[in-house]
Amino acid sequence: MTALLGELPALPLHEAGKYVAAAYVVVFALVLIYVAIMAVRLSHIQRELGELLSRERSAASGEPSSPGESQLP
Amino acid sequence: MAVSLAMVFFYAPLDADQGFLQKIFYVHVPLAIVALCGFVAAGLMAIAHLRTRDARWDMRAYVAIHMSLIFGVATLITGSIWAKGSWGRWWAWDEPTLVSFLIVFLLYATYQPLRFAIEDPERQARYASVFAITAAAFVPMNFIAVRLATAYVHPRVLGSTSNLPPRMAFTFLVSLLGITLLYLTLCAYELAVKRARARLGALRRRAEQRAGMHDAVGPAPRRARSAAPSLAGAETLAAEAGRGGA
Repeated sequence: MTALLGELPALPLHEAGKYVAAAYVVVFALVLIYVAIMAVRLSHIQRELGELLSRERSAASGEPSSPGESQLP
Repeated sequence: MAVSLAMVFFYAPLDADQGFLQKIFYVHVPLAIVALCGFVAAGLMAIAHLRTRDARWDMRAYVAIHMSLIFGVATLITGSIWAKGSWGRWWAWDEPTLVSFLIVFLLYATYQPLRFAIEDPERQARYASVFAITAAAFVPMNFIAVRLATAYVHPRVLGSTSNLPPRMAFTFLVSLLGITLLYLTLCAYELAVKRARARLGALRRRAEQRAGMHDAVGPAPRRARSAAPSLAGAETLAAEAGRGGA
């Protein structure tokens, strides 16, 4: 373990460190933003699917659907 | 990705010339390679679309180009950061590698506006495929042209001029594998979201038709204008899902 730690390069946070950190943070942020956008889209799909299912259930049981459910685009 | 990051910071040796700044190489170069390969792959998918007329190939090409554009943005930003640290300026207009990548990126940036400009889904898919094939042919030509250029300061990574030490080369290959897997995973994620949306749309239309919300003899509802491809077989997929319970 000591030998391994001896091999590790120091992480200098002076001149070069900020550029390296910025580059990796940019890539991480881009991926994070993309995944977040896709997650929002997926949650919309999930919500619409839930509304559709509840409308189908109410139609099958002969009950009128609630006003909120009839506002589907 | 975690393994490659660990290797970048704890396994790969420091570069004798650039020192710690060279660590950007392990994310910048794989991003550029994967983005360019994604553009070429999209061209091959577009060929498959034109051959088979299967809308799923158009969807795959669209997602591949979309993802390559995102990776292209990351390449340009990380490259600019590296240039600032290494050369003292954010951009070098006299550097063929940088300018050629920018040209390819801007070329593909017109893909979505082109799609959006065409309303008919069938024509949109066809024209987009032709564009993707033409642009994909441009990518290797551009690569070769840059290789033939003599005056450059941008280092070469692939080819006979590369002189990476074994530990650096191994770390680079692991990083390339990690970025490739990230690209494929995000493509699969986006495709899954688009398929789910298409199936939901088909189910909603069927439910509305059953509920009598649309007149049977009236005009069919128009598709909202979009740059994204439409899955014409979504109804079939939804029907299959309904029958099979899958």
